[in-house]
Amino acid sequence: MKPRYSVFSLARNAMNYHKDWERAWRSPTPKPEYDAVIVGAGGHGLATAYYLAKNHKMTNIAVVEKGWLGGGNTGRNTTIIRSNYLQDPSIAIYELARSLYEDLSQDLNYNVMFSPRGVLMLCQTQHEFRAFQRTAHANRLAGLDCRMVTPQEVKEIVPIINDDPNCRYPILGAYYQPRGGTGRHDAVAWGYARGADAMGVDIIQNCEVTGIQRDGGQVVGLETTRGVIRTKKIGVVTAGNVSTVMDMAGVRMPIESQCLQALVSEPIKPVIDCVVMANTVHGYMSQSDKGELVIGGGTDPYNNYSQRGSFPALEHTVAALVETFPIISRLRMLRMWGGIVDMTGDRSPIISKTPVDGLFVNCGWGTGGFKAIPGSGWVFADTIANDRPHPIAEPFGLNRFQEGRLIDESVAAAVAH
Amino acid sequence: MLAVKCPVCGAEGDETDFHAGGQAHIRRPATHDPAHVTDEEQRNYLFIRINPKGLHFERWRCDRGCGKWFHAARDTVTMEFKAFYGVTELPPADVIAQAKGQWAEYFANRLTSESKA
Amino acid sequence: MSKPYRLSTGGRFVDRAKKVSFTFDGKTVTGFQGDTVASAVLASGQRVFGRSFKYHRPRGVVGLGSEEMNALIGVGLGARHEPNLRATQIEIFNGMAAVSQNRWPSLTFDIGAVNNAFSRFLPGGFYYKTFMWPQSFWKHVYEPFIRRAAGLGKAPEGRDPDTYEQIHVHCDVLVIGGGVAGLAAAEAAAANGAKVIIADENPHLGGLADISGGAIDGQSLPDWSAATGAKLYAAENVHVLNRTTVVGHWHHNFVMLFERVADHDPALLSQGVPRHRLWKVRAHQVILATGSIERPIAFANNDRPGVMLASAARGMVERYGVAPGSNGVVFTNNDDAYQTALVLKDAGIGVRVVDSRGRAEGALPNKAREIGIQVDTGSVISAVNTSWGGLNITDVKIASYRRGQGRVIKETKAEADFVAMSGGWNPALHLWCHNGGRIHFDDKLQAFRPKEHHDRIVAIGAANGTFGLSQILTEAIHAGSKLAGSGKVHPVPAAVQADERPLEPIWFAPATAKYNEGNKHFIDYQNDVTAADLELAQREGYESVEHTKRYTTFGMATDQGKTSNINGLGVIAEASGKTIPEVGITTFRPPYTPFSFGSVAGVLTKDLFLPIRRTAIYQWHVDHGAVFEPVGQWRRAYTYPRNGETNHQSIDREILAVRNAVGLLDASTLGKIEIKGPDAAEFLDRMYTNMFSTLKTAKCRYGLMMNELGFLSDDGVTVRLSDDHFLMHTTSGGADRISAWLEEWLQTEWTQYRVFVTNVTENWSQFAIAGPKAREVLQKLDPTFDISNAALPHMSFVEGRLGAYPVRVYRISFSGELSYEVATPANYGLGLWTDIVAAGAEFGIEPYGTEALHVLRAEKGYIVVGDETDGTTTPIDVGLDGLVSKKKADFLGKRSLEQEHLKAPNRKQLVGLLTEDPNDVLPDGAYAVRQVKDKPPMEMIGQVTSSYRSPTLGRSIAMALIENGRNRMGETISFPLPGGKVVRARITDTVFYDKEGAKLNV
Repeated sequence: MKPRYSVFSLARNAMNYHKDWERAWRSPTPKPEYDAVIVGAGGHGLATAYYLAKNHKMTNIAVVEKGWLGGGNTGRNTTIIRSNYLQDPSIAIYELARSLYEDLSQDLNYNVMFSPRGVLMLCQTQHEFRAFQRTAHANRLAGLDCRMVTPQEVKEIVPIINDDPNCRYPILGAYYQPRGGTGRHDAVAWGYARGADAMGVDIIQNCEVTGIQRDGGQVVGLETTRGVIRTKKIGVVTAGNVSTVMDMAGVRMPIESQCLQALVSEPIKPVIDCVVMANTVHGYMSQSDKGELVIGGGTDPYNNYSQRGSFPALEHTVAALVETFPIISRLRMLRMWGGIVDMTGDRSPIISKTPVDGLFVNCGWGTGGFKAIPGSGWVFADTIANDRPHPIAEPFGLNRFQEGRLIDESVAAAVAH
Repeated sequence: MLAVKCPVCGAEGDETDFHAGGQAHIRRPATHDPAHVTDEEQRNYLFIRINPKGLHFERWRCDRGCGKWFHAARDTVTMEFKAFYGVTELPPADVIAQAKGQWAEYFANRLTSESKA
Repeated sequence: MSKPYRLSTGGRFVDRAKKVSFTFDGKTVTGFQGDTVASAVLASGQRVFGRSFKYHRPRGVVGLGSEEMNALIGVGLGARHEPNLRATQIEIFNGMAAVSQNRWPSLTFDIGAVNNAFSRFLPGGFYYKTFMWPQSFWKHVYEPFIRRAAGLGKAPEGRDPDTYEQIHVHCDVLVIGGGVAGLAAAEAAAANGAKVIIADENPHLGGLADISGGAIDGQSLPDWSAATGAKLYAAENVHVLNRTTVVGHWHHNFVMLFERVADHDPALLSQGVPRHRLWKVRAHQVILATGSIERPIAFANNDRPGVMLASAARGMVERYGVAPGSNGVVFTNNDDAYQTALVLKDAGIGVRVVDSRGRAEGALPNKAREIGIQVDTGSVISAVNTSWGGLNITDVKIASYRRGQGRVIKETKAEADFVAMSGGWNPALHLWCHNGGRIHFDDKLQAFRPKEHHDRIVAIGAANGTFGLSQILTEAIHAGSKLAGSGKVHPVPAAVQADERPLEPIWFAPATAKYNEGNKHFIDYQNDVTAADLELAQREGYESVEHTKRYTTFGMATDQGKTSNINGLGVIAEASGKTIPEVGITTFRPPYTPFSFGSVAGVLTKDLFLPIRRTAIYQWHVDHGAVFEPVGQWRRAYTYPRNGETNHQSIDREILAVRNAVGLLDASTLGKIEIKGPDAAEFLDRMYTNMFSTLKTAKCRYGLMMNELGFLSDDGVTVRLSDDHFLMHTTSGGADRISAWLEEWLQTEWTQYRVFVTNVTENWSQFAIAGPKAREVLQKLDPTFDISNAALPHMSFVEGRLGAYPVRVYRISFSGELSYEVATPANYGLGLWTDIVAAGAEFGIEPYGTEALHVLRAEKGYIVVGDETDGTTTPIDVGLDGLVSKKKADFLGKRSLEQEHLKAPNRKQLVGLLTEDPNDVLPDGAYAVRQVKDKPPMEMIGQVTSSYRSPTLGRSIAMALIENGRNRMGETISFPLPGGKVVRARITDTVFYDKEGAKLNV
């Protein structure tokens, strides 16, 4: 059992200049065999391991990661957390995740800084307004705390918004989820890693998977840069690299890997206290606790594995946000970066068994995975432990593409992030 | 900002002058034998994508030039274009030779079936 | 003394004849033309410029230019305020208002500095370990406190009054950096005939040449730089950009340059000059001559105001005639910093040198000793002492040192009021790395250097880790010559410069206690990250350099680690027992230095943000009181309220006019696509769900289009103009999309078809004349063709003239009334429209807008793609099975309709709804539930797609997609609304008005 983090332990350690803090997680060498191995130590992979250990008592498991944990999209996103989706399966998984976020800091004993500061999705065309009205009705009957707000309320919540009724896309209202918000992305990965490690899960970094071993239709092990690991259950959670890893098992995926970029401004004193998403103009913005405006937009329109995006995608977003929040014109862009997102044909995720026994896959979160991490890990762990889809995971199976059972959120005029 | 060259009209420009259209060389099964398309074939056509880390073959349109669709061979890591070629053509042989994995498989099958035909 | 630190002579950049006054925190400061805020304020005797991010420690100037991380200020008032600017880069002008940041209530007395007293409890990442209880406190107590304390400057107030622009250019050679290397390379490239752009972030060319010592061809470096610069300015094939930072390098040598056009002289703005200009350059070849950045040394209290980089100290003296203090210590691990000692001594400022190396026998150290400067080798500054509050340095502690020593035993005190430090120089390879250039660690320099790059980019001079003047010139002239034009290599001029001996790395200087025992050895000044924080992160398992960075926020401040990066890696390496290359480096990301969002938006703000499309009749609509709504990029008239009518009243009036007399709609935004060629009919059979090859000439047919997933994507009426010629109508928002869609299939799948597709949407104005009196109105317009029901029945077409206007007339209806859609070339549009209005006056014609149109069509049960469909809706779902051909072997989407889920029996199907209370109008998008419960969740069975109060029927009507709806005719279903009201409605068919269609065929 690890010593707990608290204000008291902090004060106690301060007396000794913080020399006695223990490692947040070990750096183990791989064992020859595990009951299950998760490939990919991002938020989803680590959450899966954590819940396998915590909910299903599977502690003889490992998470293998080719780089450093939390180094992919987990540490590159704009940290938005919300669950106000249109389609029932989406509502179920994202609301499970959002509700787990509510007390995740306490559960993990690691402050992930979940900040339910509210998510405001602007309506800037009649069509968008109607689409969000529909979502609002659906969400209300599903039990979500969400509502439509008027342009006046929008202005009260976000005083810096451009409320000129004659601007190109006037604010007609907004769809508001008061318990949506943001979290500290790295802390989510680190908290799950520390929590999983404490229960005995081996998190093996700098360990790249090079092959998946099968015996007929059943997986039996992994080849890695740190040797062969035997296991009968493999959960692949590698986001933008999922096609490459699944190809090792001969499974072809309905995935394309693209670059999604984000950027931050220089830090300034607080000017915006919620997350604002302007889907018509493809931009969203919030302000981090450090004071940086965190801005994101759409993906580059072509496949990209380089984590370096192209400028036009962001340029369009920035122009849109300057129009939406005119005061940012004189602020400065500090840093831009890209992540490799895994886009499915219907832009909804895949949490699924596969044609290979013992091989499970969790991917396709595209531009919106961060908000789902706790829920995704929860249902994927259950799916792996019981070798059947968790009810919330069931609609997200791979077979939906063959049956035409798509889960298309774009119909709500919402982009998924 | 990629620099793209249209093989049809010769225009060179920024990627914003063009339109990226996803994976190339996807066969639409219904065009050829509409009565016998299986669910799996239809799924593969609609959703399954070759998604290589490295050399990729994709569609582009010369949006602000001649308006024509064309194909490009591009490395998805370095972003380097290896070739631009027509929609009904195969990539140059030296570029095909660099294809790996599922793409190598695709071109091998296609070259075999075309030589039979 | 009013200017205690201004030297009586010197200052290459300042014009002592021109005084310039500005304010800093409201206090007037007078400097000279050419001063920066940093030099002018330092000259006035003030050292504190701001407060640090976490501990709110007082901070002063450290650097000389864009590397500055401490002295961040805000400039300008109100809507023109700009925060977080580097005081070392801001040129002063009369009337400038500058303010310090991150302090309250004042710079010298800051409440937030209490954090410093508690700093022992705030190690790196402390917030991950606490603030967790009680749960609600994060949002309501802890976070608001942290947010207020964090952040730096303040945002401006109000909309930016200034303008920005962008420019796109191509060039043969882009030279980045105007120092010796950049100037020489640009000159060589230009001499070979290349089109050259050379960009430098400073107002002056020459980079650090003026403070580097040495000579080229017998000229001093400042003179040589000025002369070479003058030649470049004069050359026709060279464009010199000052005050222009290259912010990023992207794929295929796409490079972005950020030019500060008017920041130094706002008077230019009134001449119509943009404030900033963003250059988008596609360069055939990039030459990176960005020089290098001096690194600080980590010693206890190395952040105190008065501790600055050695280059900055001598730069202040030589460039601005400003003394960094009266008595200083140069702390170095290399020879270069001795130049600072020489300059200080020469200016009459007290100075001694502390050198961490065991020996310092190079030309510069020897010269320093010769002129009487005390040099202590094998020594470090182990601490800096200050007056109360850390505002002024009183003395430094000096101790003997051997490399690797953990703490010092004995210190001696030396009076001093400033420190000039130098830990060596890092090549500025940020731009090299933006697009994936590889780098390697150079043991001699103890810094990373460029290795290879897949783009056409070369690094030269200090950016390449080359520091000797002769070597720099050789590298530069070879690069510039070979990459351009003839490739002729120009001779390299002779250069002289003092030889320098190698440095010895020192990643932190020990103090009497270990560095993790309370001493603050700052690595990242701005984010208050100390060596102890980095060591703690390692010990806690945040081993990857990316983990360390994110856990401690090292390198994440507004300078993005320019001065802290290698020092931090050095500390991490020593703490973890690795080498620096093993530790690795965090990724360099654009931009090199922050640049304005305004410049990114460029001119795309306000009216130019996105173009608005307007029909030829737009102004008439405005003149007649129309309320508009955006439809795609169009603005369409929504309704025409008059005489104080509400929108509801005017919409009802418009609807009744169409039902009872006649109305006129501007339908010009409807997509119009001409499809022509021998295979046009077969092509349309592939595109539409229904058959078009059987359509007779001059007849119209309503068609449905699916995407390949089997979902409805567009609809509209297509007419066969002649055997091989069709005109297709699409939805208003769909014209461009559908026209591109048709092209795509033609070009990529059915390449054998001989068909042309032309989008003629904007070539035609098109109006619907709809209502029982439509024929009478049309007849009054003097048609050259027979418009009787027999000659021109429903769904037929005729081309001819109305009076003088050439027209195409489609007898089609979206209102259910007798209706003609009249199209005329757009240039005639307004004329025909006004003539129709005049001709219709006696029949009571009313213009109607989009909302009336929607109610009219809903009364008839006509769908709108996008309302009744949502991208997951099939033609069968909306009851249009009849339009999905059973005969055609293949058309787009056909195969997908056979997928299990798309033919499932329980799909949502389009039905009509009549509420029990005719006055209840169901909200759009309201959901029906299987069973009403006291509280959610409730199982939903479908949703309202359109809902209106119908003035024609005097009650509400709605359409909805309801699970298995067509088998539930007559059933009553419930819609629980917000607030607890439940509206009950009966399922009907979708046609509420004129079910037989009698009104259409009159």
